[in-house]
Amino acid sequence: MGIREKFAERFPVADVRPVATPTIPGPAGAPTGKPIASPIRLRRLPVERQWPAWFIVAFQATILLVGIGAWETGAKLGWIDPFFWSRPSAIFATMLTFFTAGDAMTDIGFTFRAAIIGFVLGTSAGTALGLSFWWSRNYAMLAQPYIVCFESIPKLALAPLIILVFGVGLSSKIAIGVALTVVVSTLTTFSGVKSVDRDLERLMYSLGASRWQVFCKVVVPSVLPWGISVLRVNIGLALTGAIVGEFIASQHGLGRAILYAGQTYEIALVWVAVLVLSMLSIAMYLGVSRLETVLMRHIKR
Amino acid sequence: MPTPKIELSGVSQEFEKPDGTVFHALDNLTIRVDAGRFASLIGPSGCGKSTIFNIIAGLQQPSRGGVIINGRDATGMVGGVGYMLQKDLLFPWRTVLDNIVLGLEVRGVSNQEARAYALPFLHKYGLGGFEHAYPSALSGGMRQRAALLRTLLYDSEVILLDEPFGALDAQTRSRMQEWLLQIWQDFGKTVIFVTHDVEEAVYLSDEIYVMAARPGRVIAHLPVPIERPRPREITLGRTFMRLKEDCLNLLNSFEQHAEAA
Repeated sequence: MGIREKFAERFPVADVRPVATPTIPGPAGAPTGKPIASPIRLRRLPVERQWPAWFIVAFQATILLVGIGAWETGAKLGWIDPFFWSRPSAIFATMLTFFTAGDAMTDIGFTFRAAIIGFVLGTSAGTALGLSFWWSRNYAMLAQPYIVCFESIPKLALAPLIILVFGVGLSSKIAIGVALTVVVSTLTTFSGVKSVDRDLERLMYSLGASRWQVFCKVVVPSVLPWGISVLRVNIGLALTGAIVGEFIASQHGLGRAILYAGQTYEIALVWVAVLVLSMLSIAMYLGVSRLETVLMRHIKR
Repeated sequence: MPTPKIELSGVSQEFEKPDGTVFHALDNLTIRVDAGRFASLIGPSGCGKSTIFNIIAGLQQPSRGGVIINGRDATGMVGGVGYMLQKDLLFPWRTVLDNIVLGLEVRGVSNQEARAYALPFLHKYGLGGFEHAYPSALSGGMRQRAALLRTLLYDSEVILLDEPFGALDAQTRSRMQEWLLQIWQDFGKTVIFVTHDVEEAVYLSDEIYVMAARPGRVIAHLPVPIERPRPREITLGRTFMRLKEDCLNLLNSFEQHAEAA
């Protein structure tokens, strides 16, 4: 039985005819019969069946376990050189000693503090600078090339200089974090300022509002979502700044731990520090996401 | 003759186009509206209706002529009139109540006082129960009500309405017109209303200024001799029909004239 017969059986009323092929009409309007396109084909809408959530989680866990297992076996069988790559069991053992014996909390605390302070300072300074451009178009035009230039500098290239100026302590790590975050915030906030609805400003002026009132009641609330969108980017940048600072010169911090372990061929310790750093990064990212949701709720659109 | 509440005398607006020629947006415009009157401006698009409002509201400086409000020169001065545009311009991050008190807030009234003052109006004029809703939850008609209440509660004596119902569907529109008339009678403000809907202009106004474009100018000033309150049926009456026809004829003749030129 052909497809047409089957279809007719299931839907007896439906009159299934072959779809007409489009043709070019001749000069007198009569179709020449010459097709301009291949015949229309009916396709099913591509739809992917969704897996249940538990299956996805289980799948993910399996991939992780298989990966770790392969690493461990590979190291045991000599496919992977454990001198360079270490192995999961050694990393786990080192993790335990790292948290029990060493001054792990000092290092974590140091890196965490540097990242958070750099993040807060850089983001708030950048936001304030970006908002300030609303006050004067001339001033904004004047400042723009400098901002763009500063943005184009690879800020990490300045890190050695920053260490020289601010010393090997916490302040130099914060300064690198600020250098990385401040421009992002400034540029994003400035974009926000440029997109403020002119009509809302005009409405406020027509009500006799002062510039300060327009700034507080229109500009700041309008720009806020832009400022918030930059938070997640900045927390990552601030952490990068802190680690690079610690790489160059430091007495504490996870970045220093990584560098030190690498130089003494304690590869397991490198992995431990990297893992802890990832955890820290995830924790800060989640914290900022939470902050974002709370702030966004207040300026509900 | 008493001093009019608001007067535009000889207002002209010219712009220099990029090619150096001068574009006349408004030419020697004179409009006088007495206190408590409802005046409409009708005209084709591009006749400078919005420019007139920007000039009255002080957001734009006319090339020549001036604006006199309450007998005082208000040319280029902001804050003298309440101004409402077709776009409702409600602040999306403020609740309806907080949007409505904006004008009072700008004038330095404390938030609490302003809210207490505004709340009864909100209930009286059909926004009861929505005071804590955000504008995004409101229908187009409701949003325009909120925007108009905000303009009214600013408490200036002159209100400019720039096609406030232009974006609404026909039914909502006619309900809003009746609502506007009620609120106008309650508040006793002087209103200047811009529309390109002739029927709307005749139904609402005490007087109509008919305008032509290129350059924007007043070609006729027609009183509307229909008593208030005006039930909907008057739109079928003879006076209404004739006035509407007059307006349309005026608009058409100048349109053709402009096209021939």
